[in-house]
Amino acid sequence: MRNPLSEKVTEIKPSGIRKFFDIVQEMEGAISLGVGEPDFDTPWHIRDEGIYSLEKGRTYYTSNSGLKELREEICRYMKRTQGLDYDPLTESFVTVGGSEAIDLALRAMVDPGDEVLIPQPSYVSYEPCAVLADAVPVIIELKGEHDFRLQPEEILEKCTDRTKILVLPYPNNPTGAVMGREDLEAIAKVVIEKDLYIISDEIYSELTYNGRHVSIASLPGMQERTIVINGFSKAYAMTGWRLGYAVGPEKIMRQMIKIHQFAIMCAPTTSQYAGIEALKNGDEDVAMMREEYDRRRRLLLHEFADMGLPCFEPFGAFYAFPSISRFGMTSDEFATRLLKEEKLAVVPGTAFGDCGEGYIRISYAYSVDDLKRALTRLRRFIDRIS
Amino acid sequence: MSENRELRKKLLTYIEKNSRAQLDELAVMFDVPEIDIANELKALEEEGIICGYHTMIDWSKTSIEEVSALIEVRVTPQRGLGFDSIAERIYKYPEVQSVYLMSGGFDLMVILEGKSLQEVAGFVSNKLSTMDSILSTATHFILKKYKDHGTILTKKYEDTREIMSP
Repeated sequence: MRNPLSEKVTEIKPSGIRKFFDIVQEMEGAISLGVGEPDFDTPWHIRDEGIYSLEKGRTYYTSNSGLKELREEICRYMKRTQGLDYDPLTESFVTVGGSEAIDLALRAMVDPGDEVLIPQPSYVSYEPCAVLADAVPVIIELKGEHDFRLQPEEILEKCTDRTKILVLPYPNNPTGAVMGREDLEAIAKVVIEKDLYIISDEIYSELTYNGRHVSIASLPGMQERTIVINGFSKAYAMTGWRLGYAVGPEKIMRQMIKIHQFAIMCAPTTSQYAGIEALKNGDEDVAMMREEYDRRRRLLLHEFADMGLPCFEPFGAFYAFPSISRFGMTSDEFATRLLKEEKLAVVPGTAFGDCGEGYIRISYAYSVDDLKRALTRLRRFIDRIS
Repeated sequence: MSENRELRKKLLTYIEKNSRAQLDELAVMFDVPEIDIANELKALEEEGIICGYHTMIDWSKTSIEEVSALIEVRVTPQRGLGFDSIAERIYKYPEVQSVYLMSGGFDLMVILEGKSLQEVAGFVSNKLSTMDSILSTATHFILKKYKDHGTILTKKYEDTREIMSP
């Protein structure tokens, strides 16, 4: 029989997390610091609204772009947090998580051979999605000495005349880095100069600990060249609901919606009703979760310093990205030994790009008690290998 | 200072549910010097805002018998003394867990804990109902506690997330 598979697809490397996932699953008594989702349940009033919508029989498709009321709330959110105006009917739509929006943006905007700049270490999906869209991913290796914040020179270095898009993933998974207004202004200058478009993945925008998140779209001249992607997963602890959104220039939205219409139809209706409730009345819950994450973040960094694990201070998301190079092991070796000897699972930095070598990602989406238990094991391991 | 009020509110909210948090931990989590936390806690205790550090126990899961009752009490308030002196007479009994002054159909809500139904009933009939100024009581026995003081007793938290995710 002939080969049923697409060459392009088979060549994509499987996720670096998978290998560890399989080992950890088999291990008895292993505890993990490797999750990428909140430990909170979706606030009850949001869940209740979703349940209520089912009871009322709202089980049909919604419009492709999503419920009008949800899009209105999304645009209201962009206005009150970033001062940006978007037309709910033509400049926004609802997706199946931020993940789908990233995929759609790339597919809608890229022709074969177009280059997409992807800063790494960053979320595992950008590179594969670029490849699937027939783009050429061009990796920008972010540097620890800049606290993994993108520098304008790094863009200029990798920019060619086929470069079309820059992916901007801040607040960042796995590093926890954030870009402040000045950092973004420097980037915007280069982006405008080189006439690039930005796919700004802002899924962690509510989880910043040194001031409110600034979207690059709010800078002068940027709204017309930025697709802002956000969602409900991290802010409202709604990862399983699969609900996200994209806002941006009408002509790009239109094409993204076209693909979405054919591939997905619409995001889950139940989730959309819940999403409306989240945006309307969820601010307090988000603030409470944000404060809780912040407390854990401080605890974590304090403990790292105490046990001799160097780590720059992350101000976003719920990850810390400590450096393990001083122990003379690769990320993979460190994570594997830690798992075997102390039954503690962390994610090697290389799962997020080759330049993640020498780092591990530790998530603090865990209760203070769970964190303390895990940190005891980590400390024991570090004492042993120091 | 309004900063102080913010810290006070956050600290109180946190230790209300995490009373065993250590000073050094609190200092790190709230990004405030340990001495400030210690002073704030001391002030809160002196002002009577923090009234105790108790432990939440679900006795129903032990082999130790425990019966709780909610008693609605109607009183005639005494001239010059109001409800306070009656409340005091009631709450001085150690088996009385709570006494609240209520609006609505009755005056005082009394929560009682005893070793058995007989013990609680005995208290109500011998000690409570016979007090001066008490007009009537209505005793309701608690059959099952689902949630108490903000803690869900019936379900244990289980982390059901995928053990790793990107």
